[in-house]
Amino acid sequence: MAYSNQVIDHYENPRNVGNLDKNAKNVGTGMVGAPACGDVMRLQIQVDDNGIIEDARFKTYGCGSAIASSSLVTEWLKGKSLEQAGEIKNLDIAEELALPPVKVHCSVLAEDAIKAAISDYKSKHTEAAE
Amino acid sequence: MSQHSQLIYLDYAATTPVAKSVAKKMTEYLTVDGVFGNPASRSHGYGWQAEEAVETARQQIADVINADPREIVFTSGATESDNLAIKGAAHFYQGRGKHIITSKIEHKAVLDTCRALEQEGFEITYLEPQKGTGLILPEQVKAALRDDTILVSLMMVNNELGTVTDVAAIGELTRDAGVIFHVDGAQAVGKVRIDLETMKIDLMSFSGHKAYGPKGIGALFVRRKPRVRLKAEQHGGGHERGMRSGTLPTHQIVGIGAAFALANERFEEDHAHVAKLRQKLWDGLQDIEEIYLNGDLDHSVPNIINISFNFVEGESLMMSLKDLAVSSGSACTSATLEPSYVLRAIGRSDELAHSSIRFSFGRYTTEEDIDTVISQMHGAVDKLRALSPLWDMYQEGVDLDSVEWTDH
Repeated sequence: MAYSNQVIDHYENPRNVGNLDKNAKNVGTGMVGAPACGDVMRLQIQVDDNGIIEDARFKTYGCGSAIASSSLVTEWLKGKSLEQAGEIKNLDIAEELALPPVKVHCSVLAEDAIKAAISDYKSKHTEAAE
Repeated sequence: MSQHSQLIYLDYAATTPVAKSVAKKMTEYLTVDGVFGNPASRSHGYGWQAEEAVETARQQIADVINADPREIVFTSGATESDNLAIKGAAHFYQGRGKHIITSKIEHKAVLDTCRALEQEGFEITYLEPQKGTGLILPEQVKAALRDDTILVSLMMVNNELGTVTDVAAIGELTRDAGVIFHVDGAQAVGKVRIDLETMKIDLMSFSGHKAYGPKGIGALFVRRKPRVRLKAEQHGGGHERGMRSGTLPTHQIVGIGAAFALANERFEEDHAHVAKLRQKLWDGLQDIEEIYLNGDLDHSVPNIINISFNFVEGESLMMSLKDLAVSSGSACTSATLEPSYVLRAIGRSDELAHSSIRFSFGRYTTEEDIDTVISQMHGAVDKLRALSPLWDMYQEGVDLDSVEWTDH
């Protein structure tokens, strides 16, 4: 299968690889996928006092398109509010990376990872408010 | 020159390049100044010359497998040979019973043919390979034989694992039981000795392009003594003693004959060469943590090795191995989105199946190629594990089986 230049770029030079402290209150962690399916994404966001995502990190086990999708969203997330982040759609990711139809599920996974990270962050703050 | 010449080709189990001497010979059977006649034309010299070339090739193939040339039927490839053998025997002998034995790690040409027969009311037993090694043992065949069994179909060499089935021992069992024994030998020629004088195999499939011959040509051995009968699947002019109609492609047949003869001539040399390369590769990868050999190096052809690199996914691994042409059992590299059914059948988890790479070497692979492979594998595995959340979890001591994953 031929990869788009965008996928190759993110695969060769993945952005924002790494871990944030998953126990920190201002960090939300989303892990989606399953090893059995061939892809697992872990996406983490660090949110500042104004509710703006100031840092994002990922690690992904999966094909080149899965790695590229998660790398791309870490770039997109930085500087966005949680609400804006929640509006990122898989089709935007697929379009930006020119993913072929069989790889669209990689972008779906990335969208799911964003939602999971936001939800984890929010759950920490709901508990704190109680 | 090839646009891929900078790539190191390590996919000889998928196909081999045609040996140059073979390709040159084939070109002599195509054009107006060559032997282009129809081998079935009995009325003139064009036909006679072509027929002579076909019969020479038939003899060359018979010599490699120690059979009679009248036992060789030319087909379009091993897939057709498998179809003709299994369906042909099943349809001919169905009056005796409708039970067939095969295994879960056969090539799709055998498995899909068996599935088609199931639709017609045949009952198929799919033997389970030994866990980890993928071996199919004679005692498993013995235990599966029934009064209504008419056919056993097993491969001599597994294309993904390289494991070799003890077809000689199984042939003794099937012959005693009066059951037809078909063996897919597509990966075997030039890698293991085949002696159909002593091995009690009744039908055996061969492929040209797995042994430095052309694609689009294969052969089926059909035993004369004791005689095995087949119901033809393709009808027409009654070529190949009525078992496979269709004009014989002289140049292809010349190609497979010359390739098999060459494989026989070079057997020791080729064998020693690839065995050395495989050992070198396996030794060179030993220091990578969490790698798993799929198969059994003590019972295998020397040109194939299948390894799972845990916590990295096969397709991304191949993407890192830009200079290598290899195969993976990862779902992402197949059309079906399922990981290798062979690796699943030998008990490998989905994730190990997704993480597998099959390296297969051949006549033109060099030691320098293997040095490059070893170095690139280390780099790629390091890079991808640094990206892998599963590797992190493994390092932290998390049992991945205990995690509740969100399937998608």
